[in-house]
Amino acid sequence: MTEQGDQERSQRNWAAPVESLKVERREGVRGTNVDGRRLHGAIQGFGKLWQKTYTVSGLSVSPEHAIAEWKAHFPEFWPPGNKFAASLTGIQPGEVALLDLAIGGTKLSTGVLVLYADDVSFTFMTPQGHMFGGWITFSAEAGADGMTTVQAQVLMRASDPVYEVALALGGHRKEDVFWRKTLTALARHLGEADPTVAEQLVCVDKRRQWSRWRNVWYNSAIRSVGQTMSGPVRRPENVRKGQVVSGVPGEAEPLPSVQPGQPGQPEPTQEAAASAND
Amino acid sequence: MTTPIVTMEVRHPVEAVAVIDIAGEVTSACEPSLTAAYERASAPGVSRIVLNFTGLEYMNSGGIGMLVTLLVRANRQHQQVRAYGLSDHYRQILSLTRLDEAIAVCDDEASAIGAETATERAR
Repeated sequence: MTEQGDQERSQRNWAAPVESLKVERREGVRGTNVDGRRLHGAIQGFGKLWQKTYTVSGLSVSPEHAIAEWKAHFPEFWPPGNKFAASLTGIQPGEVALLDLAIGGTKLSTGVLVLYADDVSFTFMTPQGHMFGGWITFSAEAGADGMTTVQAQVLMRASDPVYEVALALGGHRKEDVFWRKTLTALARHLGEADPTVAEQLVCVDKRRQWSRWRNVWYNSAIRSVGQTMSGPVRRPENVRKGQVVSGVPGEAEPLPSVQPGQPGQPEPTQEAAASAND
Repeated sequence: MTTPIVTMEVRHPVEAVAVIDIAGEVTSACEPSLTAAYERASAPGVSRIVLNFTGLEYMNSGGIGMLVTLLVRANRQHQQVRAYGLSDHYRQILSLTRLDEAIAVCDDEASAIGAETATERAR
């Protein structure tokens, strides 16, 4: 490929630079804890650095077909109770997907940016407040036997001390189950009746980055609990007013429950707007 | 496994600095090449690893992940990591992924092997 061809390919496959994420309200997910957040990679996380790789081999489809199907049906492969709302254009570089994850009996609202996508792979990067700072890369590759292997690889540090404890107390195990179920569902969709998921969990760096403990300010789990608790109170107010909300103001602020300058006035949220549309 | 289309040569232009000249496509498939290059570069007394991307043709997200693991290994050895020769596009990618907060991006080899940058002093 020519130099210009390489450059065009790279610009097509990578997301354009962003300072902070911008999202609009989407049906089916709460959509909080993403708008206005910065991206947050493994360098910015707090906990130990893990590389987790989950694979299913022996698929008799091409890598391109496997990835096309994975992109097109991504939410369908997730375990029940978890929601993934991509934009209308789907999994494309630069798009932001909103997530509602079932964690410990509550709903954790967060999101991911599609950092990179080509015909045989795509990568998500997490925002501030996500359980971990890092990247998740989904890929497919043909082996020497002509069969295809699909893979999900997570490179992650827990974002803050709260998440680090939660991951140590069963969070890692739950995440492993999550991706095993996801790959099993994908492999079945691609025609493998009885798929076996292989996993490799490597602690790349055992050190914790204590200077990053302040990341807890953005913790989406803590904020999601607050948003869940305040949701039912806000709902009738917004239904009565017929408000349509397209953003989450004051993401950098700690869960305000009143609008500035209007004491006692519940602040409209995406959750409330979504609930109003239910 | 796809055969990597990359070469990584190591040289030591000055004492305590090793330069890895990277040419070709940087993807997760070339992890063995980068690991081997880092081991050659990381001779006793080397305190700075410089990645020369002048010959970089293409890098995917797997390549970025590989840079993170290289960075961890270097940090463990108390080595700084710098890069130069990146196109504007790949500078933006390092900024987007916030890798540039840990890997100092320089304009040329002279500045990459030169004095400590402001970013490094701040760390």
